[in-house]
Formats: sequence, C-alpha cells, structure tokens
Amino acid sequence: MQREFVKAPFKSGVLKWIDDRLPVLSWAYNELVIYPAPRNLNYWWNLGSLAGFMLVVQIVTGVVLAMHYTPNAEMAFDSVERIMRDVNWGWLLRYLHANGASMFFFAVYIHMFRGLYYGSYKAPRELLWMIGVVILLLMMATAFMGYVLPWGQMSYWAAQVITNLFSAIPLVGDTIVTWLWGGFVVGNPTLQRFYALHYLLPFIIFAFVFLHILALHQTGSNNPLGIDLTAKDKIPFHPYYTVKDVFGLCLFLLLYGALVFYAPDALVVPINYEPANPLQTPLHIVPEWYFLPFYAMLRAINFDILWIIPAKLGGVLVMFSSILVLFFLPWLDTSKVRSATFRPLYKWFFWLFVANALMLGYLGAQPPEGWYLTLSQLGTAYYFLFFLVIMPVLGKIERPRPLPESLSEPVLGAAQPQPAK
Amino acid sequence: MAEAKTGAQAGERTTRRDFLELVAWTTLGVGAAATLWPFIDSLNPAADTLALATTEVDLEPIEVGQRVTVVWRGKPVFISHRTPEEIEQARATPLEELKDPEPDEARAQRPEWLVVIGICTHLGCVPAGNRAGEERGGWGGWFCPCHGSHYDTAGRIRQGPAPRNLDLPPYTFVSDTVVRIG
Ligand code: HEM
Ligand code: FES
Repeated sequence: MQREFVKAPFKSGVLKWIDDRLPVLSWAYNELVIYPAPRNLNYWWNLGSLAGFMLVVQIVTGVVLAMHYTPNAEMAFDSVERIMRDVNWGWLLRYLHANGASMFFFAVYIHMFRGLYYGSYKAPRELLWMIGVVILLLMMATAFMGYVLPWGQMSYWAAQVITNLFSAIPLVGDTIVTWLWGGFVVGNPTLQRFYALHYLLPFIIFAFVFLHILALHQTGSNNPLGIDLTAKDKIPFHPYYTVKDVFGLCLFLLLYGALVFYAPDALVVPINYEPANPLQTPLHIVPEWYFLPFYAMLRAINFDILWIIPAKLGGVLVMFSSILVLFFLPWLDTSKVRSATFRPLYKWFFWLFVANALMLGYLGAQPPEGWYLTLSQLGTAYYFLFFLVIMPVLGKIERPRPLPESLSEPVLGAAQPQPAK
Repeated sequence: MAEAKTGAQAGERTTRRDFLELVAWTTLGVGAAATLWPFIDSLNPAADTLALATTEVDLEPIEVGQRVTVVWRGKPVFISHRTPEEIEQARATPLEELKDPEPDEARAQRPEWLVVIGICTHLGCVPAGNRAGEERGGWGGWFCPCHGSHYDTAGRIRQGPAPRNLDLPPYTFVSDTVVRIG
C-alpha cells in the first residue's frame, strides 16, 4: 500500500523552515500521526510499542550504569556492588536495567506469538518478520553479554558454557573459541570485549527496529481478521492508537514496577551474588528464564544423530536451528489464510505450540534426567514438527472458514438490528 | 561484465579492459582482507596472555588418594595421586567399553600421577570430585554437574554428553617430586 507523503501542517514558521530543509518532522507526522491503522486491532497489537519502549529504557539506564561500571575481571563485581550500595539511585538503575531485560523479552515473545497466531509473517510481510528475527538474535546476544558483566558465578559459567557451544564446530571449533575468549579460558579479555559489544549492539538493534517499522509502514499493519483492508477500514494512528498504546504502557509499567520494587531479585539466581570463580562450577547452572526453552532443546540431544553427528554438535545445531527456522516460516506455512480465527485446525496446533514452549521453559531449569529428559526430547520434536511438517501440510489439507470481504461485514453484518430510538 | 560476456560470445577476445578490471577487483579484495586481519587477530590471545605458559607443582605434600587443583594458563589442572585400586580399575577397563578409547598407559606418564585439564570436554564446566566429599560419578573419577558427564579414574569419558576424555596438558617430571606443566 503506497501512501502519499503529506507535509505536516505547521503553526510555527521556524518548524516549517526546518522541515522544508530536513523533512524529519513531516516524516514523523506521516508515520506516527496520520499513519492509517486498521480499526480492529486488539490488545495483542500493543506489544510492539512496548518492546520499543523497553529498548529505550535499556539504553537510557545502560548508559548511566556504564558511567559507574568497571569492565575488568578484578573490579567488575565490586563496581556492581558499589552501584548497588553507594551510587545515588544505583540500586534503582541496576534493577531497572536487569529486570528491563526480562520485560523486554516478555514483550517480544508475546509480540512474536501474536504474529504466529494472526499469520503476520505471510506475504507481503515476510521481510518485516525476518527483520524481527534478526532483532531477536541481536537481543539474545546483547542480553547474554550483559549478564556476563557483573562477573558473578553464574555470569562466568554462563559465558563459559555458551562460548563453548562453538567448540562443537568440527576442525576449527577450538580455534574459534580461543579467539572469542582472547585467552585460554573466559577471562579479562573476554569481559572487556563483551562490554564493548554490549554497549554497541543495542544501537544496532535500534537501527533494525527502524527498518522493521519502515517495512511495517510499507505494507501496513496486519489485523485480527488477517484480511487486506481498504482505506475505509482504517483510522489515523493518532489519537486512536497513541492513546491505546499509552494505556497499555500504564498496565505494563505496573508489572515492571512490581518486579523492580517488590521482587527485584525474583528472576536472578542468588549465586550470581558470589564473585566469579574460574576453578569452581556451581552445582546447578541455569540460564536466564528467557533462554530456558532453547537450553532445554540443547540438552535434549544427548544421543548421536544418525550416527554421524555427535551429541554435542547435535545439541548445538538443534538450538541454533530452533531460531533459524523462523526465517523460513513465511515459506513453510502453505496456507493462504493469515488469521488463525479462520483456521479451525491450525488454532489447536498453535495453542499446543504455546504450551510446548512453556513446558520447554520449565524443563530447561530442571536437571536433564529421567522424565525431564524424555519430555524435553518430546518437546523438541514437537517444536520442529510444528514448523517443518505441520505448517506445510496443514495449509494443504485444512478447510478454512469463509473469510469476510471487509471489516464492515463482520462488524455490522453480525450486529442485531437496533430498535429505533 | 555483461557486455564483456556478449563480446566473448560473439567471438571477440578478452579485452585489456577485462584484465584491468580483474586486477583491480583482486587487488581490492586482497587489500580488504589484509586490512581486516589485524582487527580479527587482535582478538586472539595477546603476548602477555601467552606468556603465562608454564606452572611448576611440588608433588611432595599430595598424599595417596588425594587430588589437587592447580592453575595453568588460567585453566584448572587436576593432579590425582592415584591409589593402587584406582590405577588397577583404570587399567583393567577393556577399551571397547570406552567412548573415546585410550589405554591408561597413554594417559599417565607415571601410573600413580594422573595430570588432566579439569575442564569438561562438553561445554567447559569444571567437573566435581577433587575435594573430599564431592560427587565422583559412577566410575569413581569425576562428575560434571552441568549436563551430567561421568569420567573414570583415568579421566576418560564413560557416560554423558561429553565427546572426549579430559584433555592432557603437556607436562614433564622435573624430578620425582616436581612436575612442570606447559
Ligand atoms: C537491548 C538492550 C539491552 C539489554 C537486553 C541489556 C541487558 C542486560 C542484562 C541482562 C544485564 C545484566 C544485569 C545484571 O544481572 O546485573 C546488563 C548489564 C549491564 N548493561 Fe545492559 N542491556 C541492554 C542495553 C545496554 C546499553 C545500551 C548499555 C549502555 C552502555 C548497557 C550497559 C550495561 C552495563 C554497564 C551493565 C552492568 C551493570 C549491571 O550488571 O547492572 N546495557 N544488561
Ligand atoms: S559441561 Fe560438563 S556435562 Fe556439559
């Protein structure tokens, strides 16, 4: 859908003078004020702006934390403790930042499930979706490296285990790992480069978010019915969705605030308050909650695949593929119908997928033995079956319910005739 | 380039311009790679990191049955003063039972001293079993708590996701009671 570029109406001559030479204000006016959005968007469409808000929060709190933090293996832990105890409001900034990462992932995961349910990855929004997957990967890298910075026991061992994933690569694995570490173990050189990258990546994410929105506004938003809408089914973004987004933000902030002020360490493993000790691995190591499903899949592969891929490499491949498969989703799903509302069978598989993801998350925190292990293996199998088999096959055999022609049809058509007043 | 192709198809010879273009692109490519290399290589271990390369350990105070952890290149190295039973157990194991078959003789220069790098070959945790009272796994060697790898008294992988036996550092016995690692 191509829209015409409209010049913003200015009361102030100064703004007009600037805009005539550098049309950023008009650009913002087109994309954030008059952008025509579907009138039927539900609350699941709030999560995108919430994720954007969290990115800004992370950057703002992060930059201030960086002014007090020391990226050195000898001093990092103490500098974070100093932030907590001595720096004015340091406790607040750090808790906002640490829990901010959780809120960020929480928003992004729901945002992605929304896309999966309403078929937002289908033509013509394939690139929009793929840019989203790039953002997810960058976020994961950023959060992982951020978690290493306080240099506690869990920081250290997370860094050790995750960087060692690359040692599974045949032939060059060990060389790559030494290169990543800048030494023979995770140590000061590792910490310093992680810090540099942790500072850099959020700005790269910012650039990708920009592309994400550019792509979104090129095709226009999808909507709960998943049908293409005409201009009369759209309303201007401002004030309708600015108000709705701010309302959603208030609810989201209540949750964020509850975490930061009442349970700031609820999502933190206590052992990360012990300084890193390269000679002693904690007995139970777990990643942050937002990595648990992937960690469960990594550990589910404790057998050699087809006799040729050793278990270690197999686990690593499965874990990385679980995200890479998302890039191919637009082509794996063969159904022309976007919204699950009109797909009676897909709906069930979708909810099973959600339940499965939650189960994998639970299993990722349990020891990989007995039933836990068996369930992780079943969960991993369903995760991949969903994308690689169910998606392609279902589109061919499922009979979708009839799609409405336009928005006014289901809305007005379903309405009972009102008695005249 | 497309033009050059049609030219060649029409029976014309490769022109001097094609050659110059090839040379220009190749030079640019090699130059770019050469420029990139210092950036990439700067992330490899620095000279001072490499310099920490040897550690000498006095074996005198380590009693039979005791295990200690020393640091070499920042890595934990396990030194196990093995009991006759532990040696016997390691030597009696048939090689067919092993995932990464290596006879005990190839792993210990002197039977009573086992020197291995204390880093699990799965994803790099430090296996438990060096301190008194720690879990030693099903084969009396070491047990890695991260994803459940069991090692025997020769540091060989017996069960779990680790692909290899615990690595051996290069070491020499300087005397009967001093070993130099590295
Ligand atoms: C995509 C956005 C970001 C995410 C998801 C993120 C995530 C994290 C996480 C999970 C931690 C560990 C918190 C803890 O356990 O203490 C952390 C720490 C840290 N981050 Fe970020 N971060 C982001 C952006 C930034 C930015 C832009 C900066 C700016 C320099 C920054 C600076 C820091 C510093 C200095 C620490 C160490 C202090 C601490 O541990 O609280 N972060 N980050
Ligand atoms: S790191 Fe030892 S079992 Fe995974």
